[in-house]
Amino acid sequence: MLLSGLVTLQSATNMNTTLKFTVLLLLALGFCQGLQHNYIEEEEAQPVAQASKYGTLWPLPQKVQISEVSFKLSSSSFRIVDAKESSAGQSCSLLQNAYRRYYEYMFGGAAAEEQNQGKGWRTDPSELTELQVWITSPDSECDSYPGLTSDESYELSVNQPFAVLKAPKVWGALHGLETFSQLMYEDEYGAKSINSTTISDFPRFAHRGILLDTSRHFLPIKVILANLETMAMNKFNVFHWHIVDDPSFPYLSRTFPQLSQQGAYHPYTHVYTPADVKMVIEFARLRGIRVVPEFDTPGHTQSWGKGQKDLLTPCYSGTKPSGTFGPVNPILNTTYDFMKQFFTEVSTVFPDAYVHLGGDEVDFTCWKSNPDIKKFMDQQGFGQDYSKLESFYIQKLLDIVTTTQKGYMIWQEVFDNGVKLKPDTVVHVWIGGGSNEEMSKVTEAGYTTILSAPWYLDYISYGQDWQKYYKVEPLSFNGTEAQKKLVIGGEACLWGEYVDATNLTPRLWPRASAVAERLWSAKEVTDVNDAFNRLSMHRCRMVERGIPAEPLFSSYCPREYKGI
Amino acid sequence: MKVMYAVSSGRYNRPEFILPLLIIVQLGLNTVEGVWPLPQDFTSSTERYPLNPRAFHFGYGEQSVAQQGCSVLDAAFKRYFSLIFPDYTSANGVLQFSKDKPFIVEISVDHDDCESYPKEDSSEKYNLSVSERKAILNAETVWGAVRGLETFSQLVYQDDFGSYFVNKTEIEDFPRFQFRGILLDTSRHYLPVQTILKTLDAMAYSKFNVFHWHIVDDPSFPYQSRSFPSLSSKGAFHPMTHIYTQSDVRRVISYARLLGIRVLPEFDSPGHTNSWGKGQSDLLTPCYRGGTPSGTFGPVNPALPSTYQFMARLFKEVSSVFPDSYIHLGGDEVDFSCWKSNPDIRRFMHKMGFGVDFTKLQAFYIEKIVNITSALNKTSIVWQDVFDYHERRSSLSVVEVWRGGCYLCEVRRVAKAGIRVILASPWYLDQPGPTHNWARYYTVWPLAFQGTEEQKKLVIGGEVCMWGEYVDATNLSPRLWPRASAAAERLWSDEKQTSSVDKASPRLQDFRCKLVRRGIQAEPLYVGHCKHEYQGV
Repeated sequence: MLLSGLVTLQSATNMNTTLKFTVLLLLALGFCQGLQHNYIEEEEAQPVAQASKYGTLWPLPQKVQISEVSFKLSSSSFRIVDAKESSAGQSCSLLQNAYRRYYEYMFGGAAAEEQNQGKGWRTDPSELTELQVWITSPDSECDSYPGLTSDESYELSVNQPFAVLKAPKVWGALHGLETFSQLMYEDEYGAKSINSTTISDFPRFAHRGILLDTSRHFLPIKVILANLETMAMNKFNVFHWHIVDDPSFPYLSRTFPQLSQQGAYHPYTHVYTPADVKMVIEFARLRGIRVVPEFDTPGHTQSWGKGQKDLLTPCYSGTKPSGTFGPVNPILNTTYDFMKQFFTEVSTVFPDAYVHLGGDEVDFTCWKSNPDIKKFMDQQGFGQDYSKLESFYIQKLLDIVTTTQKGYMIWQEVFDNGVKLKPDTVVHVWIGGGSNEEMSKVTEAGYTTILSAPWYLDYISYGQDWQKYYKVEPLSFNGTEAQKKLVIGGEACLWGEYVDATNLTPRLWPRASAVAERLWSAKEVTDVNDAFNRLSMHRCRMVERGIPAEPLFSSYCPREYKGI
Repeated sequence: MKVMYAVSSGRYNRPEFILPLLIIVQLGLNTVEGVWPLPQDFTSSTERYPLNPRAFHFGYGEQSVAQQGCSVLDAAFKRYFSLIFPDYTSANGVLQFSKDKPFIVEISVDHDDCESYPKEDSSEKYNLSVSERKAILNAETVWGAVRGLETFSQLVYQDDFGSYFVNKTEIEDFPRFQFRGILLDTSRHYLPVQTILKTLDAMAYSKFNVFHWHIVDDPSFPYQSRSFPSLSSKGAFHPMTHIYTQSDVRRVISYARLLGIRVLPEFDSPGHTNSWGKGQSDLLTPCYRGGTPSGTFGPVNPALPSTYQFMARLFKEVSSVFPDSYIHLGGDEVDFSCWKSNPDIRRFMHKMGFGVDFTKLQAFYIEKIVNITSALNKTSIVWQDVFDYHERRSSLSVVEVWRGGCYLCEVRRVAKAGIRVILASPWYLDQPGPTHNWARYYTVWPLAFQGTEEQKKLVIGGEVCMWGEYVDATNLSPRLWPRASAAAERLWSDEKQTSSVDKASPRLQDFRCKLVRRGIQAEPLYVGHCKHEYQGV
């Protein structure tokens, strides 16, 4: 029973519902007697997942060849091992860790018990007993952090006597392991099987991110880790940690501990200690995921002011301070001293080459009300143009951050306001409506850019909105080939106004998976029906792995979510 | 620039007026205002009494008809002890006798309905008086006592040091509407029994009293029938893992009983029955294309006597399995195109003198089913479609209004016809957007139609519907809570006292944190935090 009126239906696979919807409207209009629709029966039009020729692969690799020949895998004999020629061996804990993780995903909890029984069994001729992982480049990067330019490519060949996963670096190997685990399936007797397959794969875009907002609601570490785990299942490689904002400051700074003591929702239970942050970064590294922290200024900083006196601009009502505060105060030297120390700390805590500096949505009313600011505007000759003051601030901030040897990402307004940016700055396009024009402008100016405007997953609607995210083509803007090369990827953003640990995971997955395929797979991979089939199975796989990824439509998973 | 962002689909184009409300909630709500849904009549004071879990007892009053051994209340004491003292573990060292004088919650009920099921007319009224070292809870029935215990548990709070307190309070409370339901759809997605039980827990926290179990529908038939086992062995998503066995159903019913919740099963027909056809041949109407059967099937075949024999047996079983005196027969969204295509149906129409009016055929069918269930002493509920089509409305008992548009117009029409009404239209919670506005479910005025007092009395309540197209165990809880709680207050509390969204907002935020503390994945209303955040994933 569907409610007429409020429903918005977008899906092509949802024909039946659309028709039903039409009928409801007609009924509501009183035409019930003369209904002459001759439409197809219900069960035919229901989108039921069919088997895709690509099985359950998600995101779809660049080149795939799956043959009919299948091999059996047994938990007692199957091993993931380092190839002899590999430049990463036993000492590469990143890989050893991943082998165990994927072995567990593939064989589940029962594996350990079966292991003993298995000894002494003869190997079946159609059995695949080994996956050899071969890191081909002399430097495996096993102990480094992933970066924007990391090589994530891999080649996978599943054949007898053993399967081989070749990758220049460990990052590609991680993706290859995920792909290998996705190739495995259970035959009708429950036996683990895999088809002979050849895959050659690499990402279309280098920056494939998820933004989580831990300021509007605090997210316990457990939730962050679970989502990093899920990101790896979807080959995302950037965790954009929007760690602080107006409502709260949960980042526990060693240099300025009072920021979280005063600015967090709670100074002990709702903070990220240095150990927490380290854990997140290492957990992410082990999955080939970069952690890009965002410390957004000069707006979105209400919570900073609680622990740092004189940092924010005092707003005036009439001639007297009103007791409220606006954006960071850009006219005081102390502001820049603070920022220098603060970002120096950030640069050592977060190993990634980039830090996101925000710079969005600065509200000028408070600045306008403050007589000291007005005086400063006069001195600088900014007139009434407060965006010049904003640029003045950002410029100084960028110079400070440059001295910490970090590159920076900024929201699009900073670019729009004409702030001078280093050539390697990444401009983050987020404003919906006109984002194509913005992409043109940013790339025309020669900056690299990432796209988020179409992927604000905190906005929800009824129906299969994953298709909307899936159908986005990031390079559909007007521009030269050179301009398009400047688009290094995109991010799905899950802002926290209405999201916390209670609903984050099902809201994010599998909707973000749609973005994952758009950013990883070839441009030509646009078949929504095939995507529906693969994504349905992929979501069941996430559920089986303990991730409460919500359903796409009426359906079932062989193993439903058990977590309640 | 600001304006531009306000009209774009920007990051934060959300109303800022909510912010002041957040500040209120940080202060905590330690009075009866913190009880959700709001009791009918109450006075409370700032005088507070400490509670020590080691010196706290539930007891039966001397006057109480129910005494020790009352299954409903004994189970409730056990449940509410942990809910009142969430930090308490008996493993806190050696059991010490507290020097504190004990605090006693003394319960008295007038009827011994300890072993029965909650019924359509069961009283849920209770009086609660909290004073020094004693709370007195009086109710007509154990169900009222269970509601009172829920209220008491919400009155208890912890200070910053973790000590428990309760304020001096007097409450007289009863529900505005008798029927306060939640519909779960276990056909479009299978919901594991655990998920259903957890939802029942959360329902009790919001004083819902009917679990409307939309157990089967087109996509799957998970109910394992004793009389017709092939219905689920052929019609469920999976015959072993995606079914409700008889013992599963019993478990749900008895679990719900202890919480004072009725289980109302729905076996929707003649439409929405695709999955039935898989295990019961000749039940559905074969559709024709041209002069030959197309191989597809439509609604239940109303022209065959075997259909009614089957239904009589099925409903006989269902009536004995589900003890509630109500049964939901569905009757919505019947698609006539298949019936029209079938020559046997057309012949039957002719024979019956229905002409080409297929609504007459549907009415004929439903009336037969209603008669079957009346003979089994069940009161039947049907979706509004049946009322709309049916000329002889006198045979109908209860109509559930679900369509959007002017739903109160429909409520009025049904009430005018002298038929009882349940309202569901404004509470379709499976639709998450486009706004996150819980207030939409709060500012519903079920009796705001022109009618006599008598007619308004016919509106027996309302129901929150969580259809399953996009919902399964992964996302059910946050989609349901706390939005369903907004509806719960509308259905329980006095409308005049609860007409303001602004007043309700901090209370609901507080209540949602209570739900989270109790392990219910209730999503946030807006920016903010709970002292104890949800610890799952």
